[in-house]
Amino acid sequence: MPNNVFTRYLPLLLLAILWEIGPRLHWVDPSELPPLSAVGRAWWSLLMDGDLWINGVSSFINWFFGLGSAIIIGVLLGVLMARSQTIDDIASPLVKALYPMPKSALIPVMILWLGLGAGSKIASISLSCLLPVILSAYNGARGVDQTLIWSARACGATDRELLWEVVLPAALPEILAGIRNAVAISFIVLVASELLVGQRGLGYLISFLGEGGVYDAMFAVVVTVSALGFFADRAYLFFMRRTLLWRE
Amino acid sequence: MERVNSLWKRRFLRSSSIVVLAVAWEWGARMHFVSDFLLPSLSSVLIRLWDDVISGEILTGLGLTLLRTLAGFSMAAVAGIIIGVTIARFRAVRWFFDPIVSIGNPLPKIAFLPIFILWFGVFDWSKIAMVAFSAVFPVIVATWAATENVDKFMLWSAESLGCTRRQMLWQIILPASMPEVFTGLQIALPVSLIVVIICEMTMGGEGLGGTMMTSMRFADSPGVFSGIVAIAIVGSLVVKFMEIVRHRLLVWHQESNV
Repeated sequence: MPNNVFTRYLPLLLLAILWEIGPRLHWVDPSELPPLSAVGRAWWSLLMDGDLWINGVSSFINWFFGLGSAIIIGVLLGVLMARSQTIDDIASPLVKALYPMPKSALIPVMILWLGLGAGSKIASISLSCLLPVILSAYNGARGVDQTLIWSARACGATDRELLWEVVLPAALPEILAGIRNAVAISFIVLVASELLVGQRGLGYLISFLGEGGVYDAMFAVVVTVSALGFFADRAYLFFMRRTLLWRE
Repeated sequence: MERVNSLWKRRFLRSSSIVVLAVAWEWGARMHFVSDFLLPSLSSVLIRLWDDVISGEILTGLGLTLLRTLAGFSMAAVAGIIIGVTIARFRAVRWFFDPIVSIGNPLPKIAFLPIFILWFGVFDWSKIAMVAFSAVFPVIVATWAATENVDKFMLWSAESLGCTRRQMLWQIILPASMPEVFTGLQIALPVSLIVVIICEMTMGGEGLGGTMMTSMRFADSPGVFSGIVAIAIVGSLVVKFMEIVRHRLLVWHQESNV
């Protein structure tokens, strides 16, 4: 088994080796691509200085509240739209009109409204993630097998019980898939909004180091952000599979 | 009678929400519930948009943005389809790309923006490269999945009829995987647009995103809002356009008859 894992990830190892020796042998200019070891060293010193922590925590707060609020509001609104014809009629033209909008366009408006601090970032993330969550909750809740609802009604389920014990669990796979999309979007908008303005956050750190010409450290932060995005997705996938175990 | 009534009620509700929102926006701005700076009235935003259309300013921006989007997107589409097909057909290619794709696909690619600026400068190439890099992964994943899942019976029949490998690829595998590949492209194009706009916002260089950012810096809020309206319209048109192309290209496929 370890052998298999080794062959499977060998290409990455090869790329890493290439990354190390390419700049050292001047196949590529080391100032444009610092060797891996230099990036590693820069990463370690950023970690020790606390730069990575301070900015990481600030990014995490923006990400957490932005994505969290989008999930709560989105699921609520999506399920409501699916359950009530009137709300559906009112909200779905808006949702459909706004869904294809390139979400990054919201960032300047949010900066205009909420300033350069955390508020505009949280709002940008939240609004960008909201539509995929609404749509998945809506589709999921609408797709609930009607016989399930009738059976639950026949067993005397109240509206509340129907929602919590039938509709939400049945819509869960779709909702969770929509949230996975939202996680990916949240990282894009988080980094983009921090690259654009602000004095804190990992995105800010990247652009700050890049403008200062400290490229090994800049690569270190880029790799860190990528790794965070990757592991967030993997962790979410793991959580999703665990949550859906009961569906075989 | 009641059914007719409820039908009209639904139609009314469906069309009303956007109208109500527009009226509330205009009225709220005129009554100065919020300052003009934070929310310029809808009419002033639309007038501004119209002025920009007349003066041609928006067309330049739109042209630049679309050009960058399409350049990056077409590179991603070609590269993604080639990589996806070869992954599904050659074991060595799969061995090499499998970990790269599975790690690269969920990455927040936008974080690489400063690296691309370092490598390709702040002008068009870095934006195009950034778009291609962000959009290529959904295309690879879709093509890979599609070409690998082509109906085995179809492949066997073709083989028994004496298809060469080349014919097999061009006449069976590629057409059969078209719907899924196109779904990948339909994901990649909006991603391209998002990335172009972010690039223009951070690096400048005009385009819709750049203009919007300039307006923001000069506290020209009608400019910001007309920018967002323009971008929203472009976004919907692009999505719509892809749907039409899909329908055209896949007329022969059973999905078009549904």
